[in-house]
Amino acid sequence: MTLTTEADLAEAIVAANGPLRVQGGGTRDIGAPVDGAELSTRGLTGVTLYEPGALTLVARAGTPLSEIETLLAAEGQRLAFEPGDMRALLGTKGASTIGGVIATNASGPRRIQVGAARDFCLGVRFVDGQGQVLKNGGRVMKNVTGYDLVKLMTGSWGTLGVLTEVSLKVLAIPETEATLVCEGQSAETAVTSMAAALGSPFDVTGAAQMNGQTMIRLEGLEQSVAYRAKALQDGVLNGFDVVEGAASAALWSDLRDVTPFAGKDGAVWRISVKPSDGPALVRELGTMSPDAIYDWGGGLVWLRVADEGDAGAQMIRDDLSHIGGHATLIRASAATRASVPVFHPEPAPIAALTQGLRAKFDPRGILNPGLMGA
Amino acid sequence: MQMPTPDAAILARKDQIVKRLQSVLPDGAVVHDPIQTRVYECDALTAYKCPPLCAVLPATTAEVSAVMRVCHEEGVPVVPRGAGTSLAGGALPTADSVILGVARLNDVLETDYANRMIRVQSGRTNLSVTGAVEEEGFFYAPDPSSQLACAIAGNIAMNSGGAHCLKYGVTTNNLMGVTMVMADGEVVEVGGAHLDSGGLDLLGLICGSEGQLGVVTEATLRILAKPEGARPVLVGFDSNEVAGACVSDIIKSGILPVAIEFMDRPCIRATEAFAGAGYPDCEALLIIEVEGSDAEIDDQLARIVKIARAHNPVELRESTSAEESAKIWLGRKSAFGAMGQINDYMCLDGTIPVSELPLVLRRIGEMSKEYGLDVGNVFHAGDGNMHPLILFDANKPGDLEKCEAFGADILKLCVEVGGCLTGEHGVGVEKRDLMVSQYNQTDLEIQLAVKDVFDPAWLLNPAKVFPLASTETRRAS
Ligand SMILES: Cc1cc2nc3c(=O)[nH]c(=O)nc-3n(C[C@H](O)[C@H](O)[C@@H](O)COP(=O)(O)OP(=O)(O)OC[C@H]3O[C@@H](n4cnc5c(N)ncnc54)[C@H](O)[C@@H]3O)c2cc1C
Ligand SMILES: Cc1cc2nc3c(=O)[nH]c(=O)nc-3n(C[C@H](O)[C@H](O)[C@H](O)COP(=O)(O)OP(=O)(O)OC[C@H]3O[C@@H](n4cnc5c(N)ncnc54)[C@H](O)[C@@H]3O)c2cc1C
Repeated sequence: MTLTTEADLAEAIVAANGPLRVQGGGTRDIGAPVDGAELSTRGLTGVTLYEPGALTLVARAGTPLSEIETLLAAEGQRLAFEPGDMRALLGTKGASTIGGVIATNASGPRRIQVGAARDFCLGVRFVDGQGQVLKNGGRVMKNVTGYDLVKLMTGSWGTLGVLTEVSLKVLAIPETEATLVCEGQSAETAVTSMAAALGSPFDVTGAAQMNGQTMIRLEGLEQSVAYRAKALQDGVLNGFDVVEGAASAALWSDLRDVTPFAGKDGAVWRISVKPSDGPALVRELGTMSPDAIYDWGGGLVWLRVADEGDAGAQMIRDDLSHIGGHATLIRASAATRASVPVFHPEPAPIAALTQGLRAKFDPRGILNPGLMGA
Repeated sequence: MQMPTPDAAILARKDQIVKRLQSVLPDGAVVHDPIQTRVYECDALTAYKCPPLCAVLPATTAEVSAVMRVCHEEGVPVVPRGAGTSLAGGALPTADSVILGVARLNDVLETDYANRMIRVQSGRTNLSVTGAVEEEGFFYAPDPSSQLACAIAGNIAMNSGGAHCLKYGVTTNNLMGVTMVMADGEVVEVGGAHLDSGGLDLLGLICGSEGQLGVVTEATLRILAKPEGARPVLVGFDSNEVAGACVSDIIKSGILPVAIEFMDRPCIRATEAFAGAGYPDCEALLIIEVEGSDAEIDDQLARIVKIARAHNPVELRESTSAEESAKIWLGRKSAFGAMGQINDYMCLDGTIPVSELPLVLRRIGEMSKEYGLDVGNVFHAGDGNMHPLILFDANKPGDLEKCEAFGADILKLCVEVGGCLTGEHGVGVEKRDLMVSQYNQTDLEIQLAVKDVFDPAWLLNPAKVFPLASTETRRAS
């Protein structure tokens, strides 16, 4: 049965007598495999409000991401947090929904400058594990009325409630973009270059190393991008070349979608660390012969390793327990995902809070049980 | 405004509680003399005052933890306090509560320019965070007007904003991690030098929780490289509608100013009389500031000017120098002071969708006549965060009540048009009872349930944020 309204969805949750597998577009086959009846939001579609002059858009959770992006593009706007298209990487089909994007806090390279999905979500409506319809936040840019459950719901992977509607802040598509590139830097040198660029006043909107190429992105008005590119070339990015237009854009969509790992086998980790820790972490894991892509100035490491044993989970997480950060197993066989915690294990006091919140939002424990760990 | 009746049993045990607190803190860190506790009787919402049972001034996370353990065992409510600049009564004590002031926690723990972060103790003032990094060309972006005084602790608790948040976001967008002491004294680390959470976004939940979920003792903050320069343009219009339309057109054009500030006629007149910034006498005035190199600023201002001209402004002044910029900002920066010269005022903080600006300003004007109280509007127009300033006379019986009723009507109007009760000041005690106009009982109940998880005994700042009736059984238990 296709659920087409929030009320339908609430009723379905009330009526559920076992675990539910919450699904948007189904493009993310991740997490510990959830054994449960499918609960799809795909029938809950439609943009309910779009005010370009107020930079706000409200959409039902099942609305395809592509529909929203098309609508925004017609007004010269976009979702600035750059959610990725992981279908090639994960070998999945379907079309991402906006609810899925928010539920997973999906954010791309621009996260370092403008923020993550969580920073652009202004309000949510959702149905909790008891079938109660709830709302938090709204559709205005600034809102501190009560607790910020919008942040809590963003990135909760359908384990606290099923999103039915989200309001988002959108931004204008800049006039132009350019990327400064440099081949063959070591990861350490690349991260140093990125730090210098990010620490400059030149408003860098992407800093990464992929396929041996260090890439620094600038966006904005044409004159301004040209000016900043030159200032960086004359300064901290001496020796970098400029790539413009579609070629520049292609670099960042490849990075965003982790395209270099798409055709290759192995498990894929997404690791968030302090930027300067990225290269050292990868070196520490040398015995696993990892393949690494650095985004977020070095702070986001996409790591491809052999999908054997625990896919390196123990080693990666041991290292992270010393330096801080978290690692999510984005891609691995169902068998690996069933035996390795896909989400980063939390220290006891944090885990207790997480469990306490789950018990309030979903007392029967039926929403994606086990997906994010206990 | 109602506050819970103080717990007589706690009042009776004051000496014992003070002794226990003294035993875990250095000399002089417990303030219990009734004359001295008066320092803590209110925050910047001065209409409401009540001295606490006592105040404690710990200097380390371990001391905060020790205090929380004692208070937890004794069942004493704790009201965390930063600098006491809350405009919502967030730091207002009850007679049976311990004020936990973080003013002595003011060290910089780590600055890391390569990773663009700073770790500070939470009592450090907002401006002195920027002060610690500006020599290296960095700054901490959220800039509440109170930044000289207010503490990072209060900023986190209220999720404070500032004039530049149109471009840089508010506190929550610039906060990477906290060290927090739970109600029972346990110390937790949330977030850190890395981005985002590997699990639920507890940091996002903690930010803006008004001191009800834990006591923040340390914070990791994002710092940014200072732009090369900044310059504003001032544009005057003969109607609020036109000014509103201009704001909307600028935003739509794809230029992202760092600030778009709006003042209406009553406010312009008051500031002119006070500061003499040379503002035009018009219905509505916008100050739009952009950043970058000189050439970048020229380019952006030219585009803004072109958009503004299409709306037939009565005045348009582009700054070409630092002096001209200062002059343009002078009036805006003295707006609160200017209104304060005329009378006592109450500063509201609702947010509305930018498109509703003309309607809301018109309705406020009508209500001003109905209530017989003057109101001036000065606010962050880019994001719809309004700050109507209602003038009243605190010495005139009934005026405060009338002002509060007027304020409540304005905030309800904000909610009605799709906005919210508070954009950056927080709910505190001030807007507690209005929460029901924005959220229904189920929406509120889930928030109370969140507090149950963090603070099952409801000891942390318990009489705030939610209507007292809705929290009564929890507070009593
Ligand atoms: C660990 C991980 C990290 C990721 N990181 C990034 C990233 O950094 N950048 C990026 O661009 N993309 C990232 N993604 C991809 C991101 O999750 C997808 O882009 C998202 O759009 C999926 O949309 P979907 O509709 O296909 O969701 P689905 O694949 O259907 O669902 C994804 C998850 O969200 C839940 N969900 C879906 N809809 C709802 C709803 N309405 N309410 C509540 N829960 C819901 C599902 O239960 C499931 O847990 C990541 C994916 C994974 C697995
Ligand atoms: C003239 C003036 C201008 C202002 N301008 C702005 C503005 O532009 N933007 C804006 O957003 N606000 C503004 N404010 C409001 C106020 O300055 C902010 O809310 C500020 O963040 C409060 O900080 P504080 O340190 O003074 O906190 P306090 O007033 O001491 O406390 C505020 C809240 O924080 C809680 N708290 C304090 N310390 C902790 C802690 N360690 N752990 C947990 N909770 C804690 C308290 O319990 C209370 O609920 C202004 C206030 C004034 C007086």
